[in-house]
Amino acid sequence: MRKEMHMTFSADSVNEGLARVAVAAFVAELNPTMEEIEDIRTSVSEAVTNAIIHGYEERDGLVELHCVLLDRILHIEVKDMGKGIFDIEQAKKPFYTTKPQEERSGMGFAFMEAFMDVVKVESELQFGTRVILEKEIGTVKDE
Amino acid sequence: MIFQYELKDNGLRIMVPKELDHHSSLDLREQTDMLLRTYSVKNLIFDFQNTEFMDSSGIGMMIGRCKNMEFTGGKVQAEHMNKRIQKIFLLSGLHKMIKIEEGGEEE
Repeated sequence: MRKEMHMTFSADSVNEGLARVAVAAFVAELNPTMEEIEDIRTSVSEAVTNAIIHGYEERDGLVELHCVLLDRILHIEVKDMGKGIFDIEQAKKPFYTTKPQEERSGMGFAFMEAFMDVVKVESELQFGTRVILEKEIGTVKDE
Repeated sequence: MIFQYELKDNGLRIMVPKELDHHSSLDLREQTDMLLRTYSVKNLIFDFQNTEFMDSSGIGMMIGRCKNMEFTGGKVQAEHMNKRIQKIFLLSGLHKMIKIEEGGEEE
């Protein structure tokens, strides 16, 4: 089974909720557990928030959300055409943030890595960032 | 977005919204800080009884309020968190900064 969804929305914080709802609805037919749904919602929220706050620095822009479901593997891409990440390894470190004055916790990538099976980041300065997230739905996990 | 709050015996209870993300944390931060400037608050309580979602933006907002309360000698606590919110607290180390009320667990 393969299905696909593509949406583009403006880099406005109100659309963070929209992105979470869209991805949750996209995987609903696989009957994911509450925990799986929450892991996905949190990770999508982190990636989209990063695009808005860091990619576009809260100025106008478009965020692309692309989802593919291949059997039980959910593949998500969140893409912006913003300023790009200077040092990806540093950006991924827990508690590291370039915007402490805006009360950013620096936990965005740490949460994505905790909740998803795969987290990949591709970025080029002045061209933008693509975050790739993958998760298999229906794997039994211990709490 | 307008949030509910309650002032009682130098305590300020903030009713955290259903979803605490970057979007809602901006308004919640502004309104909480306005109340903290206006009233003498010794104890700031974040009440999560209506909250189903929180991400790292919520964590950042709470750490910010902790720092402000530390500065004025006040305390911060969190109540009525569901399992998911507790997990987010644990992963971010927020449970080391904020007193978590026992018996707050509910599904």
